[in-house]
Amino acid sequence: MIAVMFFVVAAIVLGGAFGVVLSPNPVYSALFLVATLIGVAAFFLMQSAQLLAAVQVIVYASAVVVLFLFVIMLLGVDRREGLNDPRPLQRPVAIALGVLLVIEVVALAGHNWATGTKSQVAKLHGANIDSVARALFTTYLWPFEITSILFVAAVVGAVVLARRSGRGAPVEDTRAEVTS
Amino acid sequence: MSALLRGPLAVDPLFLGGIDWTVFLIVVVKTIVVFALLLLSVLFYIWFLRKVIADMQNRVGPNNAGKFGILQTLADGIKLFFKEQSIPDGAEKPIFRLAPYLALIPAFIAFSIVPIGGVVTVAGHVTYVQLVDVPIGILVLLAMSGVGLYGVMLAGWSSGSKYPLLGSVRASAQLLSYEAAFGLSILAVLIQSGTLSTRAIVQHQVWSGGVVAGAQWHGWSTLGQWFIVATPIAFVIFLVSAIAETNHPPFDLVEAEQELVGGFLTEYTGIRFAIFFLAEFMNVITMSAIAVTLFLGGPAGPGLGFLARNGWVNAWIVPVFWFMAKLLLLLFGTVWIRASVPRLRYDQLMNFGWKYLIELAFLWLMVTAVIRVADDQQWDFVNGNRGLTIFVVTVAAGVGAALVYGVLMLCIPRGDELASIEEWD
Repeated sequence: MIAVMFFVVAAIVLGGAFGVVLSPNPVYSALFLVATLIGVAAFFLMQSAQLLAAVQVIVYASAVVVLFLFVIMLLGVDRREGLNDPRPLQRPVAIALGVLLVIEVVALAGHNWATGTKSQVAKLHGANIDSVARALFTTYLWPFEITSILFVAAVVGAVVLARRSGRGAPVEDTRAEVTS
Repeated sequence: MSALLRGPLAVDPLFLGGIDWTVFLIVVVKTIVVFALLLLSVLFYIWFLRKVIADMQNRVGPNNAGKFGILQTLADGIKLFFKEQSIPDGAEKPIFRLAPYLALIPAFIAFSIVPIGGVVTVAGHVTYVQLVDVPIGILVLLAMSGVGLYGVMLAGWSSGSKYPLLGSVRASAQLLSYEAAFGLSILAVLIQSGTLSTRAIVQHQVWSGGVVAGAQWHGWSTLGQWFIVATPIAFVIFLVSAIAETNHPPFDLVEAEQELVGGFLTEYTGIRFAIFFLAEFMNVITMSAIAVTLFLGGPAGPGLGFLARNGWVNAWIVPVFWFMAKLLLLLFGTVWIRASVPRLRYDQLMNFGWKYLIELAFLWLMVTAVIRVADDQQWDFVNGNRGLTIFVVTVAAGVGAALVYGVLMLCIPRGDELASIEEWD
């Protein structure tokens, strides 16, 4: 039963991944990405990592991809594009890196940490929220906090850069919207 | 199969004895009953809404189909079902067809975590009157409200027309903005209850004298355990942001007729149009049910004392009755708001969400956390009176939070001040 579910979900994940790369329309790509991400969440569930599964759906499958779609729709790049790339070197480099990635994954799969056994913590605590929270707020508190500061800095930086370059129209637009 | 199900569903006693055909059948029947219940609730809610609003506006409202016009929604549904469905030429057809279901399915899944009744025994199996009780409970709601956004967004985009697109872009901005305050208000409850499971949250609210039972009533004193008493501000924030999350008036800018024709629904006709409305009203009912679960003690309420405590009336009917009564109260509130509050302007919506609600939710979360820590660490600096200590801590944290909020409000620019700030670079 679990094997059957594994192959069904694996087919969804891989199909979604191919869909992301092959579909000519960016909106379809984003939707295939959602299928892949939800499939990965199902894998997490099979491994009894329920919190990770929920976070995967909340953060990636909804918030992140919705932002992708938001940008795609706002910038109006939601039309079909050909797969012809004007830069000559990009395709061979991409293929080389892809092959490297496949070799890496195959090599890593042989290591003993990729055993496929289920989380032991989940059996004790139901959903592994306790252990994740404890790890985040005790052992890895500093990396966690520093990463969040990094994210805030990145967001502020993006806003500043966007406003610097776009002295004209965008600023006018926001003002009209906010003060009207 | 049993090993797989034991992971996410271990809490429901139904699965403890392994999975056989009876258990499987119970799950199937539960699913069908909950889905039918939700559909019937929508039919009833739309009739209720039209009747109450009509009453508030001195009109009669629907009164022809059935007694008191109660079959009006059914008639409307049948009419929409048999209508011709049109698809615009410029539409992205597969996605245009898919979008209504992307809105409907998450709306149903989100309701599945709501505890409707107590603990019952069916054919020798003990089970909850609730579809599933997952350990990650309330996170399912957050995930589904996020996924449900795709329906609205893709409907607007795939229509290939400008007003639906504007409507769906508005919808996504609105949902992302209020998701933060929504999550923070739920967090305040989670800090109090220490669990994500919806049933455990209900049990925490009816806890009394060390007895934890499934939605049993422990006397009127347990009213104080309801989270509406423990975190009242979180309740208000939850209601406001839930109304915004469901695109319910006064936050229904997504389908503002004066500005956007019909918003993301403009190009939809027939049954697809009906499915969107079904999903929207399902979401209103789900959010109200979640509010009952999180803040109002779910199905807890006084039983009929003269009947056996675990008899079929007290086990089956009384909890469901209390759940429905509380739900109806909140649903009446949503109708009242719909009838009386005018729609917000887009900038008001964004200002309110980002500048006031999120800050308030954060500060309230901090106050709740302080109270929880004081309780857990058994703080005691008022001569052995722990109740008084907690009270002092609460007041101190509340005053501190109010000061911070006041300073924040003074710092936030508004109106004409904002225009001058725009010149900073």
